[in-house]
Amino acid sequence: MSSLVGSVALNFSEEQSMLLDVARAFVRDKSPIDQVRAQLETPAGYDQGVWDEMVALGWTGIALPETVGGSALGFSAVIPVVEALGHGLLGTPLMDTTLAGQLLLRAGGAAQEATLAAIAAGEVATVAFLDGADWGAENTGVSLDDQGVLQGAKSFVGNAQVASHFVVVGNQNGSPILALVTRSTMSDDAFTTNTLIDLTKRSCRVDFSGVRPEQVINGEQVASAVRDYRLMGALLAAVEATGTGARCLEVIVDYLKTRKQFGKLIGSYQALKHPTVDIYCAVEDSRSFCYHAASIIEEGPLSTDAETACRMAKTSAGDMLVFAGDRAVQFHGGIGFTWDCDSTLFIRRAQWTQQVFGDAIHHRKRLASLLLD
Amino acid sequence: MSDSKAQLREFQTEVRAWMQANVPEPPPFLLPLSFLEVGTEQQLDFLREWQHKVWSAGYLGMHWPKEYGGQGADPAYQGIVDRELGAANAPIMFNTIGLGWVGPLLLEMGTDEEKAKYLKGILSGEEIWCQGFSEPDHGSDLGAVQTRAVRDGDDYVINGSKIWTTMGNYADHMILLARTDPTAERKYDGLSFFLSPMKIPGVDAVPIRKVTGEYGFNQVFFTDARIPASTLMLEEGKGWQVAMKTLEYERGVQAGQGTSHWAVSIQIDDLIDDLRGFERDGEPLFQDPSVRDQAVTLIMEAKALALSQRRMRLSGLTSDFPMGLPLSSKYRGTEWARRMKLFGTAMQGASSSLYIGDSDAHRGGFWQRAYFSNFGMTIGGGTTQVQANIIAEHVLGLPK
Repeated sequence: MSSLVGSVALNFSEEQSMLLDVARAFVRDKSPIDQVRAQLETPAGYDQGVWDEMVALGWTGIALPETVGGSALGFSAVIPVVEALGHGLLGTPLMDTTLAGQLLLRAGGAAQEATLAAIAAGEVATVAFLDGADWGAENTGVSLDDQGVLQGAKSFVGNAQVASHFVVVGNQNGSPILALVTRSTMSDDAFTTNTLIDLTKRSCRVDFSGVRPEQVINGEQVASAVRDYRLMGALLAAVEATGTGARCLEVIVDYLKTRKQFGKLIGSYQALKHPTVDIYCAVEDSRSFCYHAASIIEEGPLSTDAETACRMAKTSAGDMLVFAGDRAVQFHGGIGFTWDCDSTLFIRRAQWTQQVFGDAIHHRKRLASLLLD
Repeated sequence: MSDSKAQLREFQTEVRAWMQANVPEPPPFLLPLSFLEVGTEQQLDFLREWQHKVWSAGYLGMHWPKEYGGQGADPAYQGIVDRELGAANAPIMFNTIGLGWVGPLLLEMGTDEEKAKYLKGILSGEEIWCQGFSEPDHGSDLGAVQTRAVRDGDDYVINGSKIWTTMGNYADHMILLARTDPTAERKYDGLSFFLSPMKIPGVDAVPIRKVTGEYGFNQVFFTDARIPASTLMLEEGKGWQVAMKTLEYERGVQAGQGTSHWAVSIQIDDLIDDLRGFERDGEPLFQDPSVRDQAVTLIMEAKALALSQRRMRLSGLTSDFPMGLPLSSKYRGTEWARRMKLFGTAMQGASSSLYIGDSDAHRGGFWQRAYFSNFGMTIGGGTTQVQANIIAEHVLGLPK
């Protein structure tokens, strides 16, 4: 086997298979396209009843230890659930909450048990990571002063509108820290809601200045945990995009099978047929990369193989969804140009996905160092 | 009965050591990348000698019967040899049509006399085989074969022409599909299958020059060529049946081939390692950000293809489109290979403009030739565009 290709481990466990079936059925039932559209302009962007059911199914604790009420199935078991959410364009805080849990688990271990238990029980948590718009920066600009008070703001904090717990990535005298902030200690005017290109997503700019965090985590493991959070975030974004891409492909194929022009079904024209095949192949590649990454991701600090896999997954899925969403609009012709066409949802999701946790150029640059140097 | 894992492992160690000691140094001329590309006497002599050596060591047709030159061993042994040939980057076993298609065909359907007459020469490399199926006017429509075979006493008289005949100019024998009965109600029933000699009067092989500038294919003309009636396989009118069986071997649907080592596999590692010596802007090539970006994309594609191969075996991850991954593997793999070789060609600075024959050409023009030659893969066996139609219609269910 080629050494540049590296690990091609690929497993699909019983648990993953079961979760995929359950999650697909759930999303089909709870998130038909009219429900997705009904949530586009609500403040939270999701239905509380649906979220409560997801929590009841145990999805907020899949990768958390049993000691905090999780089911300890590991991060790989989150993958099929997020893929299903992506397929249904179901915007909920599951990804943000899962990642906040993983960041705390990896940085603070047992000390964070109370917050992890709250997450497993369905309280929304989110990571406040970006200082500005640069996913490649260190993003530790928020600082903890000598009085134990935070100074600075964070951008694009996912689901900040509904979060009860914030894990703020910052610094104390130049060393990276995680500051744990609860919503109850903050005022409403700290939050400025973003108008996002993808209306199924929610985020805010949040000013943490003057806030006294409930806990501060410091030490060597913080930098390592933040690195892993960024990689696992990239993977979850890729997984969600893979589900969304598969759905986008279905929508395109359905239209190509039913729409007639010049007396023929438009799917018989090779100018539409061949790019659709390329979308199909790209969806399959993304799925392979995602489940490969899921197969090798570790409980401890991520290995170089896992890093490579996460970055490849994000690169593949990000580019795939941009292509699929773009072609979905074009292939629907006049109707594709309208708000009511579902391709609108895909092309908008694609723009949100391509940037989150770093775009394809960001990851290929880092893959080049991993593979070529 | 298959042999124990320990025996197979021991055998692998033995073969590996043999390869280390016996795989020849690359000659001063370029070797063919596959059996489709044997274009000079020099290449032919080199490859014939190498095949003979491997066979003499007992490593070819290992599962063919001993009386016909094989070893009568379990097929697993040949699998081990083939893997070690690949791992050692050994020159190919060039007599592929004999080893891969004719040999297994004769073992399954041939008479004892035919087996005794032909099999050993196939393995030793002493007798080269070619295939006469395609014709100039009927590319892949085999049922429409027009070459005529007319019985005349103890002979058949052959008239017509075959095209894309690999090694036709070197071959001793051809598996020939010809029409014995032009009046048959079904066109397939008028076809017969011959083990035709090639080095006889009335058979002319004219090499076809390829986009690479090299040879390998031929057009073969039959002009009142007389071949013995004993070269007919089965009986008249059974040609279609035998040809279809042959295609099963050709497409690898059936096992039994004398070896599978008929092409040099070029890995992405070969490409990256090979280009490291080049510079751009006075710095090593792979410090250039744009070059790095493109290299990563190619590596990712290689990984995606390898992961696809794995995923095909995980039914839980292929249930949405069960035939999708196998039906798209030629489409993906051959196009990726083309882009990879194009990258290898294009990253050599001004040296990209050199070609085979220039003593300064990097590796004798290896990447340039590999790129051109790869069109054989994206065109042969159903073009990329036909593959895309197949995927669209059979995987996605789009209309014809």
